[in-house]
Amino acid sequence: MSDLHARQRAMRAMRKAAMQRGVIAVLDVGSSKIACLVLRFDGGERIAGDEGVGSLAGQSTFRVIGAATTRSRGVRFGEVEAMGETERAIRTALQSAQKMANQRVDHVIVGFSGARVRSYGLAGSIGLEETAVSEQDVARVLAACDMPDIGEGREVLHAQPVNFALDHRSGLTDPRGQIGNRLSVDMHMLTVDGAAVHNLLRCINRCDLEVAGLASTAYTSGISTLVEDEQELGAACIDMGGAVTGVSIFMKKHMIYADSVRLGGDHITLDISKGLQVPLATAERIKTLNGGAVATGMDDREMIELGGDSGDWEHDRRTASRAELIGIMRPRIEEILEEVRLRLDAAGFECLPSQQIVLTGGVSQIPGLDGLAARILGNSVRLGRPLRVQGLPQAATGPAFSAVVGLSLFAAHPQDEWWDFEMPAERYPARSLRRAVRWFKENW
Amino acid sequence: MRPLRAGRRATPARRRARRDPAPSRLAYRLHRLWLTPLFRGIIRIGLPVALILGGGIAYLSDDARREDLQAWLAEQRRAFEERPEFMVKLMAIDGASAELAEDIREAVPLDFPVSQFDLDLEHIRRTIAGLDAVADVDVSLRGQGVLQVSVRQRVPVVVWRGRQEIALLDETGHRVAAVIARAMRPDLPLIAGDGADRAVPEALRLMAAAEPLKARLRGLVRMGERRWDLVLDRDQRILLPERDPVAALERVLALDTATDLLARDVTTIDMRIPARPTLRLGPGAREAFRMINLFELEEGAVGQ
Repeated sequence: MSDLHARQRAMRAMRKAAMQRGVIAVLDVGSSKIACLVLRFDGGERIAGDEGVGSLAGQSTFRVIGAATTRSRGVRFGEVEAMGETERAIRTALQSAQKMANQRVDHVIVGFSGARVRSYGLAGSIGLEETAVSEQDVARVLAACDMPDIGEGREVLHAQPVNFALDHRSGLTDPRGQIGNRLSVDMHMLTVDGAAVHNLLRCINRCDLEVAGLASTAYTSGISTLVEDEQELGAACIDMGGAVTGVSIFMKKHMIYADSVRLGGDHITLDISKGLQVPLATAERIKTLNGGAVATGMDDREMIELGGDSGDWEHDRRTASRAELIGIMRPRIEEILEEVRLRLDAAGFECLPSQQIVLTGGVSQIPGLDGLAARILGNSVRLGRPLRVQGLPQAATGPAFSAVVGLSLFAAHPQDEWWDFEMPAERYPARSLRRAVRWFKENW
Repeated sequence: MRPLRAGRRATPARRRARRDPAPSRLAYRLHRLWLTPLFRGIIRIGLPVALILGGGIAYLSDDARREDLQAWLAEQRRAFEERPEFMVKLMAIDGASAELAEDIREAVPLDFPVSQFDLDLEHIRRTIAGLDAVADVDVSLRGQGVLQVSVRQRVPVVVWRGRQEIALLDETGHRVAAVIARAMRPDLPLIAGDGADRAVPEALRLMAAAEPLKARLRGLVRMGERRWDLVLDRDQRILLPERDPVAALERVLALDTATDLLARDVTTIDMRIPARPTLRLGPGAREAFRMINLFELEEGAVGQ
């Protein structure tokens, strides 16, 4: 437990060092593409740190000076499958981003979609020693949360205090300085498979980079696509990626639930490849150019050249109608959305005051998806694109980049997590020198 | 599973790997190194500077090469300086008499044509100004390779008979030239005695005051480097005081006008104490004066 605390704190310190240097990279390791942005911070950090979120949600403090995307290899379901391949893919993305930025980057914030995220709601409560709540009390109440059994080999990725309550008053965002007797907290904790994260970190270390932060892309897509009132009133962000579809639910500007479905665009491509008997590259091209979710009468007449280079004229001149293509794609899309529906139901999404659903990610670009999603998920569905940030190239403004843009927002203004507070003295190992120092500090 | 190492060239995996745009680890590291500002500065500025400096030092470390280089530089410099537009072909002297011009050419021995870079105008000016007869000189380079020397000469006003030589002096007492004999400049008044050259302005005032005696005036003699004697013909002397000699001389002239003093047999008129002018009589006059005194004595004795 304290090991995790120390590791996450080290990452925060690394992020601080990167901010001081002014350049940091964010890297989204996805299953179909690896995207990298190089951000330059121009001293806006101080303002953002002092007065909550700075102007434009803290994103006015940075500027994208380098962006690169490369085809992902060696990554399956958002997890590292072949380490060498992944390392080379990361290297490719980073090198071209550095080349565009013309600046060396040493610190990177990594987002990943896989590693089987699991979400826990924690609650803790303490009696206050003094009447006013101090930062120490916040740390103590966070430490007082009862830790569930998260399973063997799993690690905590996010642990964010979502809600504070002081005596009978609930819904506080910042209890510090307020007066009361009993402080309780609701915390949202996200755990991931430790081995998968470890592999990914190892790939990044082999590229001579320091990790300045880790985030789940389900979370970062949410912060880049959901607008402010959606985050406040309750909304779900469905990030439909290559092999993993991430689900995150936001409420009162905090993520309260996250999960992932291990299905995505690659499965649709695979279905097309099998159904039309074309290579994967052709299937991907056909899906991108002619794909759809809802067939109309016109689609029966629109024929698609399947092509091929087998030398057999009959085989190479095959065509398929667009209706056929949609007929292959639609069941898979429905399956993905049904899975998402199950996750949302499990999370109790229908209890939220507003049930906005935002679709983003590469798969959300399929025409007619919003209509289909509305039938499965509920009425208020919209397609989301990431927030526009300064200096982002036009090519990286599509919904496929919402995760990496969210990562840059996360880099600019991370939410307070459990490890951002000093660990209370009781949690230190016994006979620790630091504990003695702490005791002196508190009592003198 | 994929083969762990790339197999033969023909395998599809190998072909795909070659199409792969991923940079090798070395290329990636070199690129990052290149993007490091310090390294970049060293390569882009430090390395060329070090190469040029090192090459230059290595080239110059050989004595023979260094001498060659110096000789070549000197030759280039000479060739530039000796271009016709920089050559001075003659010296023009204005405002000097023929003898002075001759003296100047002797004092400044230039071997024309000479490059104007080799001329030290200030040195030439000082040399010429050092000549006695030159009051002021201006040396400049004129176009068409002419060295212009403009001279203002000293004008001699008195002849000074000194211990060593007979010299001409200007109104400040500065020596202008030597003459062999006084007779060469009869138009100028004569002064003599040690230190006379340092009191030329006073001598000139005395000369002006002695204008009525011009026909009889022989000259002025400086006595003891402090006062003047006015010497007339017939060995008459007027001894002037140290202070305000012109007034004393004017008193003598007034006496002369009133009593025709100087025409009488008087050898010396001593005005050194202005309140008590003293006369020294000549031998004839002295005798006559004694006779008169004796006569008066006898008459007095008779009268008593």
